[in-house]
Amino acid sequence: MQFFADLFGSYWPEVQLVSWTLVKIVAIVLPLMVCVAYLTYFERKVIGYMQVRIGPNRVGPFGLLQPVADALKLLFKEIILPTASNKVLFFIGPILTIAPAFAAWAVIPFDATLVLANIDAGLLYILAMTSVAVYGVIIAGWASNSKYAFLGSLRSAAQIVSYEIAMGFTLVGVLMCANSLNLGKIVMGQEGGFWHWYFIPLFPLFIVYFISAVAETNRAPFDVAEGESEIVAGFHVEYSGMAFAVFFLAEYANMILVSMLAALMFLGGWLSPVPFLPDSVLWLLAKVAFLLFLFLWFRATFPRYRYDQIMRLGWKVFIPITLVWIVVVAAMMQTQWAYLFH
Amino acid sequence: MVFTDIVFYVLAAILLFSGIRVITTRNPVHAALFLVLSFFTAAGIWLLLEAEFLAIALILVYVGAVMVLFLFVVMMLDINLDKLREGFWEYLPMAGFIGLLMVVEMTLVLADKNLQPSQAVELPANYSNTAALGKVLYTDYLLPFELAAVVLLVAMIAAIVLTLRERKDNKSMNPSEQVKVKRNDRLRIVSMPAEVEPPAPTPVAEEKK
Repeated sequence: MQFFADLFGSYWPEVQLVSWTLVKIVAIVLPLMVCVAYLTYFERKVIGYMQVRIGPNRVGPFGLLQPVADALKLLFKEIILPTASNKVLFFIGPILTIAPAFAAWAVIPFDATLVLANIDAGLLYILAMTSVAVYGVIIAGWASNSKYAFLGSLRSAAQIVSYEIAMGFTLVGVLMCANSLNLGKIVMGQEGGFWHWYFIPLFPLFIVYFISAVAETNRAPFDVAEGESEIVAGFHVEYSGMAFAVFFLAEYANMILVSMLAALMFLGGWLSPVPFLPDSVLWLLAKVAFLLFLFLWFRATFPRYRYDQIMRLGWKVFIPITLVWIVVVAAMMQTQWAYLFH
Repeated sequence: MVFTDIVFYVLAAILLFSGIRVITTRNPVHAALFLVLSFFTAAGIWLLLEAEFLAIALILVYVGAVMVLFLFVVMMLDINLDKLREGFWEYLPMAGFIGLLMVVEMTLVLADKNLQPSQAVELPANYSNTAALGKVLYTDYLLPFELAAVVLLVAMIAAIVLTLRERKDNKSMNPSEQVKVKRNDRLRIVSMPAEVEPPAPTPVAEEKK
């Protein structure tokens, strides 16, 4: 230790800070990667049972090693570079998709003290990171130099930009209730049993948020960007091997992220639903798991939306709902019922 | 040199490089992407100045929304790169003059003793400039702020009105009407009582054939 301290001289505190932060980042990203891998397994099993099939059951007991086998297969596959593609942007696309999906986790609190960066503008930071994620899709679709990929990326860009507005407005409702942009403080504002959680006074916003989240992550029934039956696989049609896998990692990491946010903002985060049980990170994980299950349930239930219906839902239904509800919340806060919203 | 100085110089170098690339790169899509990069690094520099709200708003608004739409349009245009280069030397003197003027103006501003920034104030760790900005915007500067909002609204409505026109050959469907469709609009259940029991076919007739 002393050797390193001498080596870096006056920069030693900074070096220490950076390396300690790196360790923390690994401690968040590694479990996240495992969760992503097993979310794919879980998805195949759940949808399998919903369609009266068994799902993966060959690799390992109950097919539990299936994600490992998939990862190995994709690792050893060749990454094919289309001749007419833009070489640099073709590889930047997947990187830009997965980087924001992981970067947003920096401000997620898992517990009252367990957070990597407890910044005041946490909610804004997350909104900024998720809005950057669209670039990966656009760049991937454009760099592939293929019609289907380009169509997919255009659809995705239009969809994400539209639903981000409704999503942003729902967050306005939450921060009006919590009086803070700090995610930790938002959770602490919901203390005292499940009847204090924000999903009750902000119920319309909660619904709008969750549906917008499904649309933002390009999941069924909003998966027109992929649209297997119309534009084969949308923006990632030209990708193979690990480059393709990175898109999938990002999609599932984003699903976990938006479920985590919904749990923190509307369902009380790590707080227990009843006062006599202790608060714990396990509550948070249980809530996230439930919301993720909803994602899979939607996929097995609803047929894909038509493109113009997606636009109508985003612009003509969700944005008016959120705008009206924000005004309602603001007006109610001036009355004697203000306590309902805090 | 402090650690933040190193970060500043790295960010500034990236910012200058991407700024220059915006105007020198041949492909318009690359130019737009370099503009995104320069916004990003500018946000990083603002973060160094502890202006976290402005930095995040820059990413959220310009990178996350404006540039996405910009890129959207640039990608769909079939731009002839050679046409774009035409008349470069013709415009150069004019552009050079404007550029020089801007440099002179900036130098005058930066050299002015009265405009030197006061010593940076050491802010407490729990100081939130998001809240401070919000307070000032909605109290002292409420009227200009609302005015700016109205101007933007007018521009938005004007843009929509300009593109709004009825087309006769348009075959698009109206989803608002489509979702209101009830079962009875599309499906008619007709009561068809069974007719009189047909006589059982005789095996004899079958064999005659």
